[in-house]
This record gives sequence, structure tokens and C-alpha cells, in this order.
Amino acid sequence: MTKQLTRPLPRTWWLRKAPYLKFMIRELTSVAVFAYTLLLIWALWSAADAGSFLGFYDFLRTPLSVWLHAVVLLLALYHTGTWIALTPKVMVLWRDDEQVEPDFIAGVNGILFLFVSGVLVWLVFA
Amino acid sequence: MKTGPDRAAPLFWLLFAAGGTASAMLLPAMVFVTGIAVPAGWVTVDDLARLLRNSLTRLILVGLVFLFLLHWAHRFRYALADLGFVRLGRQAWLFYGTALAGTILAGLAALRL
Repeated sequence: MTKQLTRPLPRTWWLRKAPYLKFMIRELTSVAVFAYTLLLIWALWSAADAGSFLGFYDFLRTPLSVWLHAVVLLLALYHTGTWIALTPKVMVLWRDDEQVEPDFIAGVNGILFLFVSGVLVWLVFA
Repeated sequence: MKTGPDRAAPLFWLLFAAGGTASAMLLPAMVFVTGIAVPAGWVTVDDLARLLRNSLTRLILVGLVFLFLLHWAHRFRYALADLGFVRLGRQAWLFYGTALAGTILAGLAALRL
């Protein structure tokens, strides 16, 4: 007879502590990324003819779409924030004998995000 | 039972990270465009059509769909394993297969023009 030595983990373990919950929200931001790719595929598909493109454009202006976008935007920003916060852990840089400040690395990535976002919005409006 | 190192794992981690960086940098601005600028009327139907019929835009969007989907596949697979819904190493094909199918669909959609 085999004895189970690992304690069973209830499915709600991530609700027990705030850091666990934040971890799970961070992981589930990927669902928002997935949902937005579906919209991108629809955008690409519908652009081929005027009729279906109008359908796509009209959908973007519905309250349903605006609410879904609001949820995706919150999750996307949470993903951006947590991703940038992790950059100093992923790239540990050294200048001579001194380690580059983790906050500096995250800060540079934050500025890059703002710059890239600005360029993208400018490209759309230009 | 499979033994030995999983030689494919580093590739999926790389694609996860690439997709994570691409979405971290670009997704909020993209959501702003389709979720705020379009409903507010700042981007007209003609503006958006011109943008989406541009070959370079279409190529970039297919690339982004590829990266975004592989980011999702990897992270969501691990999240479901953490939640106890799947076991790591099982059903992996389902996630990466969905990502691949979505990319092919995006590619076909981009070629429709």
C-alpha cells in the first residue's frame, strides 16, 4: 500500500493570501492577451471587404466592446507593471564592480513603455 | 514514461518571454486605440480601414498574434496546472496547438486582402 506523502492542495489556495492572489491575477492577465488576439484576427479578417469591416468597426463602438476593452486594459496594464518590475531580476547588469541599480533598469523599461505607447498612438493618429 | 531533459522547454520559455515583452510594451496602447479612440470617434472607419489594409501593418499584426498567443499558451498552461486543472507535461499540445492554429488563422486572414 502506498502512502500519500504530499499534502493535498485545495483549488482555492490562491485566495488565502494577498501575494498569492496577486500572483494568480498576474498569471491570468494572459487570458486578456488571448482575448485581444481574437479581436486582432477578426480585424485582419474583416479588413478584406467593406461590409464585414463595417461590422467590426460598429462592434468596437458597442457598450459591450467598451466594457470588455476596459477589463482588458486593466489586466494589460497590470501585466505591463508586473513585467517591468521583473526586468531587473531577469537582467542583472554590472558596470565595473558595481551592480546597476534594479530601480534604474525597471525605470528605463518604464520609460521605454511610455515612449513606445506614444509612438504607436501617434502612428495611428498620423 | 519520458525521461531525460525536455529539450523543447527553453524554446517555449523564450517565446513566452518574447510575447510577454511584446504585449507589455504594446498591448495597453493597442487597447487604447480600439477601446477608447474608436468609440470616442477620434479614429474614423476610413482611418482604421487604411491602417488595417496596409501590408506592413498586417505583417506586424500576424507576428504579434504569434507572440501573444505563445505567451498566453505558456502562462495559461502553468496557471491551470497551479490551479490543479491540468498536470504539467500533459495536454501541452492543446495550448501550443491552439496558439499555432490561431497564428495560421491570422496568416490566412492577412492574406485575404
